Amino acid sequence: MAETVPAIAVRGVCKDFGGFEVLRDIDLDIAPGTTTCILGPSGSGKSTLLRCLNWLDAPSAGSIRIDGEPIGRIGTDKAARPMDRRALAAARTRIGMVFQHFALWPHLTVLGNVTEAPVHVLGRPRREAEAEGRSILARVGLAEKADMYPHTLSGGQKQRVAISRALAMRPRVILFDEPTSALDPEMVGEVLGVIRELAREGLTMVIVTHEMSFARDVADTIVFMEGGCIREVATPHDFFTAPRTDRAKGFILRGSSTPEPPLKKA
Amino acid sequence: MNGFQVVWENRDVFLWGAGNTVSLVLGCLLLSLPLGVLAAVVLTEAAAPLRRLLAELVDLLRCVPFLLLAYVVYYGLPELGLRLDSWWAGLVSLTVYTTAYLAEIFRSAFRAVAKDNIEAAQAFGLSRSLLYRRIILPQVAITAAPMIGNQIITTIRDSALLMIITVQELTFAANFVSANHFTPFAPFAAAVGLYLLLSFLVEAGVRRMERVRMVRYG
Repeated sequence: MAETVPAIAVRGVCKDFGGFEVLRDIDLDIAPGTTTCILGPSGSGKSTLLRCLNWLDAPSAGSIRIDGEPIGRIGTDKAARPMDRRALAAARTRIGMVFQHFALWPHLTVLGNVTEAPVHVLGRPRREAEAEGRSILARVGLAEKADMYPHTLSGGQKQRVAISRALAMRPRVILFDEPTSALDPEMVGEVLGVIRELAREGLTMVIVTHEMSFARDVADTIVFMEGGCIREVATPHDFFTAPRTDRAKGFILRGSSTPEPPLKKA
Repeated sequence: MNGFQVVWENRDVFLWGAGNTVSLVLGCLLLSLPLGVLAAVVLTEAAAPLRRLLAELVDLLRCVPFLLLAYVVYYGLPELGLRLDSWWAGLVSLTVYTTAYLAEIFRSAFRAVAKDNIEAAQAFGLSRSLLYRRIILPQVAITAAPMIGNQIITTIRDSALLMIITVQELTFAANFVSANHFTPFAPFAAAVGLYLLLSFLVEAGVRRMERVRMVRYG
């Protein structure tokens, strides 16, 4: 472990929004080839941490390295200066992202969404990018949707397109921001199935999720957050059977990040 | 002689006038569409002093009656050493005026593009220029088409005022024929018909974009 460079190294990351501390002094290493699930109650800072990893939210302090390369800020804390836009954009091409609400580009076809960044940002030949895009779409079961527009797809299909769009960049790591939270229950399975498959293939992934059983099943590492801090980092087995903190215990007992109103399902 | 016969016999005058109206409007669009986009980008992106200055200028232009602007360009500028013949003065005033309105249309259309769409583009490493060229403008071209169409029709109507600074456009032609033949109704009615025709063409373009929108956005 000591010799491998972490896929993501987070050091001392803080984030405040107008005086409100959302993240406090976060340190975290993501080992290459692993799947990490970030769990925690709503408002614990999980999504903000994820969005800091590719600098969509700029941390107020601290540093992030992707494969050893800094993103967002260059230099040590005192002499740190922001990266210029071009360098930041280049750094981001190594990080795929899947959003809660898909964020597909509505004016492009499914294939257009998948090839947009490979062709225009990475400069891959269109023909090659399209062939690869079609094969990725086939892998997620959407080969026949390649030439449709996103609005014709179901939520589950849209999210699989969004995953394909991230894969097409051949990123070093893919970030998932609550990928199933906007889906109807019957579509959650198809999206989790695809992510599970990617985990098996050894892709490096960081997943913010509320799906506890999925996290238990697919993660190599569970990161439990609460109140803007990381409270536990553990294997799923240890986390779910022997949580070290009371907060994690309570969280697991509730079985969900958001306490459901009582009697909702009665 | 019947008024419509007069119009028919002077059809070359009408065609000349209509040709000038069309060339002025097309020339104006060729310039003001890209300028409007550029102005909207500045209004969206630029640092406060430049942005505010442009916003004030756009507001000012939208408050000025078009005819007054045409007067300033045609009669006023020569005093400052810039003499334009009437067609060019017409093109300049029409372009400046239309650009101000288009800048506002584009600016609000930019804001209407879904924020997560833009965020996704940033997350995938698209540069600012790619973001506008590949993500924002193609969406805006479709969603703002009805407003742009309205503006084009307004520009066509405004171009009629250019007869006052002696541009030989369609209204000028109708006025010329009616004055020379003492038959006001038919020449002006013919001009109205031609303006309608131009507006229908614009409307057809807008409907076409609307169909594209239906296919892509449902």
